[in-house]
Amino acid sequence: MSAITPELIAKHGLTPEEYERIKTILGREPNITELGVFSVMWSEHCSYKNTRLQLKKFPTTGERVLVKAGEENAGVIDIGDGWAVAFKMESHNHPSAIEPFQGAATGVGGIIRDIFTMGARPVFSLDSLRFGPIHGDDAQAKTNRRLFAGVVAGIAHYGNCIGVPTIGGEVHFDESYNGNPLVNVFCLGVLRHEQIARGAAKGVGNPVFYVGAETGRDGLAGAAFASRDLTEESKQDRPAVQVGDPFREKLLLEACLELLATDAVAGIQDMGAAGLTCSTCETASRGGTGVEIDLAKVPKRETGMTPYEILLSESQERMLIIVHKGREQVVKDIFEKWDLPYAEVGVVRDDGMMRVLDGGELAAEIPAAKLADDAPVYEREQKPRPLPESPGELPAVDMEAALPALLAHPTIASKQWVWRQYDHMVRAGTCALPGSDAAVFLIREANKIVAATSDCNALYCALEPRNGARIAIAEAARNLTCSGAVPLAVTDNLNFGNPHNPENFWQLAECVDGLAEGCRAFDTPVTGGNVSLYNQSPAGAIDPTPTVGMVGLIESEHHITTSHFKDAGDAIILVGEIGDGLGASHFLKVMHGRKAGRVPALDFAKERAVHAAVLAMIRSRLVKSAHDCSEGGLAVTLAESCLTNREQPIGASIDLGAGRADELLFNESQSRVVLSCRASNASTILMLLDLRGVPARRLGTVGGDELTIKAGGEESRWSLKKLRSAWADSIPNAMRG
Amino acid sequence: MKAAVLRFPGSNCDQDAHLALRESGVDVDYVWHKDTSLGGADLIVVPGGFSYGDYLRCGAIARFSPIMPAVKDAAKGGALVLGICNGFQILCEAGLLPGALIRNRDLHFICEHVRVRVENYETPWTNAAVTGSVLRIPIAHGEGSYTADDATLRDLNRNRQILLRYVDARGAVSPEANPNGSLENIAGICNAARNVFGLMPHPERACDPRLGSADGRIIFQSVLTHLGVRAAA
Repeated sequence: MSAITPELIAKHGLTPEEYERIKTILGREPNITELGVFSVMWSEHCSYKNTRLQLKKFPTTGERVLVKAGEENAGVIDIGDGWAVAFKMESHNHPSAIEPFQGAATGVGGIIRDIFTMGARPVFSLDSLRFGPIHGDDAQAKTNRRLFAGVVAGIAHYGNCIGVPTIGGEVHFDESYNGNPLVNVFCLGVLRHEQIARGAAKGVGNPVFYVGAETGRDGLAGAAFASRDLTEESKQDRPAVQVGDPFREKLLLEACLELLATDAVAGIQDMGAAGLTCSTCETASRGGTGVEIDLAKVPKRETGMTPYEILLSESQERMLIIVHKGREQVVKDIFEKWDLPYAEVGVVRDDGMMRVLDGGELAAEIPAAKLADDAPVYEREQKPRPLPESPGELPAVDMEAALPALLAHPTIASKQWVWRQYDHMVRAGTCALPGSDAAVFLIREANKIVAATSDCNALYCALEPRNGARIAIAEAARNLTCSGAVPLAVTDNLNFGNPHNPENFWQLAECVDGLAEGCRAFDTPVTGGNVSLYNQSPAGAIDPTPTVGMVGLIESEHHITTSHFKDAGDAIILVGEIGDGLGASHFLKVMHGRKAGRVPALDFAKERAVHAAVLAMIRSRLVKSAHDCSEGGLAVTLAESCLTNREQPIGASIDLGAGRADELLFNESQSRVVLSCRASNASTILMLLDLRGVPARRLGTVGGDELTIKAGGEESRWSLKKLRSAWADSIPNAMRG
Repeated sequence: MKAAVLRFPGSNCDQDAHLALRESGVDVDYVWHKDTSLGGADLIVVPGGFSYGDYLRCGAIARFSPIMPAVKDAAKGGALVLGICNGFQILCEAGLLPGALIRNRDLHFICEHVRVRVENYETPWTNAAVTGSVLRIPIAHGEGSYTADDATLRDLNRNRQILLRYVDARGAVSPEANPNGSLENIAGICNAARNVFGLMPHPERACDPRLGSADGRIIFQSVLTHLGVRAAA
């Protein structure tokens, strides 16, 4: 056996103090296999050692919460009539930076597995993606295009094949993601309350089954790889990226759901990050038991694998199942029907140990609960960053040039090039096509309509992390409201730079505070999520990106509302104030090349009042479209409402009143929604909003083949054709280049 | 009447097809790919998905499934066989329909609503339409570009076996309306006997106005009419 040297410890990403802790837990020196096991379980990805104290700030309880954050693979909430949804968001940033196609594909596979491990049938996915700029001829833009194309193709490959529709999400582009793209994948599944499956090794003497794909050398110690900075040498970590097989996972999904419908299963856990290691010690820890497995019995696709390699492999499409003794035949029959490998590899013990044998010989023996739950916890140093500088005097900009320029910015531009590659209609439930404010899906089994969105304005979070995070929650809730939904709960994906940098850690702590405030304000507990640190390339850290995935419920199909204008003659109403200032706006970024200025103020009470009012108008069936006002301000919101129905774009004429034209058109003040309604209902809506004390005004009328906006005495006009080509052709043109 | 929806490993539109038939009032069952009997079904649906992962060539392995001899026998015996998307690919691979489906022109997977024009309403599949009806139905495929040799294409046209073509909003066949590069904008064909029909669009995804279109019902209603069953309202 090789000796454990300080170099070996450092190579495993463990500090000398952490190594001492390992020795205390074991009462001896670990062997190399055990060192590997500790290194992955105590990586940030698995242990949250740098963020656990921060995550405690989140509200995690509520009357609808059935499975809380951190309890299991995914949170579960009640949606009524005995039905529930399991959902979660997870990142696959590092693998996607090195190998975008497989990195993204296995990200989708991993999150889908998390959902069906809970006993839920996966219903739909969303993806929140971020890349560096894709326009231009420079090497960086070419790399970014390669990453973007590869990630989208990887998501399509996996999601389309497994038959889970990818129905929404977001794609943002910013220099800070050069060399470090973000791939955050969300999946939601449906189940009956009584079907919730647990990842606990219950019942001493119960057999432990390994089911699914054979173990290979791919993805070795991927969790540890994901817990350090990306460097030039990261390319050599390519073996740490797994290879996905969506066909195998489709079989695994069907076989597991079939098995879970029987009463043969005592516990089930997927093998994701840290593979066999994580699933054995976590199930034992949750069950308050021990688990003993023999690696010689594990199905393998390669010969000569060492215990270290088998335990640390992150080969995909595998599950660990604890079966009630005597019901083994049920497992065998189902997995034979689906032509999937399975093997009885071990047994539940009462000694609290994770014991790993290799052909009967002891390979590792670690107290399971200590390994799973006693990772060190760190409070990292924080250093506040100064408030953003004021944008100062801005040179005049031609409004007629500014709107097409903003619409062509790929963050704002149409993502049809992306959606088109995803099967977003399988399972026959997609009620709002991608590109509307939120994804809306009719879950047939439950006869429930669920809405979901993912949001984060990282530019805000870079300038003022706490306010940016508060706005991320508010915007998500606003998007759900505009779709006709009541927000229920949140999953989050915290993407930040290296936590040892005090400014990065301050950003993280501030963002967590902001998210927690937001979740309290909207009564949407956090039911799970993921942390991804070390998102930095040699050029520096990414903009802090606390991605929010929010789920809501639409009471009646009559409340489903989309964001595009419908008919000529309809009235356009702004709910909320017209706003001013250009701080932190996309206008500043795109037209003036500045990330500057204070982030728009957000008053939760005002925001909530706007949501309540909009939802009330939708429920009164007075509203024909509702669109939240966010990146790019009112002008972009209005243009999107004109263009989003690809088959029938329609114009509008607008009057924004007095003030500075650039501020009127492009300020990003919060708590605003643009509605459209039959002209004869406009006065009713305005009166009802006035009674609620919510500011509102009529902005104009739908119709024609132009968008015209009067603002501060200036009138700007754009043909729909011009706006459409700026908005719709931007990404396809870049990707042809 | 009785309908059977085949399930191959990797089928993923089986549940959608089952639902669409059930909601049309049809008595429908799943049939597992390892089975060898179709239980006397009058309508056999080969659903969309990625049978056996489709890693080799779409439908290339499914044609060797234990259930396929029964499907061929049923087709020979006059039963209706409907192949949707991957099902169309499988029927071509199995020799029940002529031609082949190859990679889309731009090499990307494409999912979107398209318009298809009914070219022949005198079939079990289209009798609820009139010739020239334009249906709005989604497609979702990476390999849906229909191709065939000249002789086959001539026969298809002469026998009026081309049932659906991709068209624009005005109902005209145009290169712009062709999403995937199919020959002559072909979206769906039947065999000479008219009882086997394959199409790339997904009618089962267009049976509910809440999803944006119910035009797909026309296909299922046609089948019911043909089999002498009154369609559920």
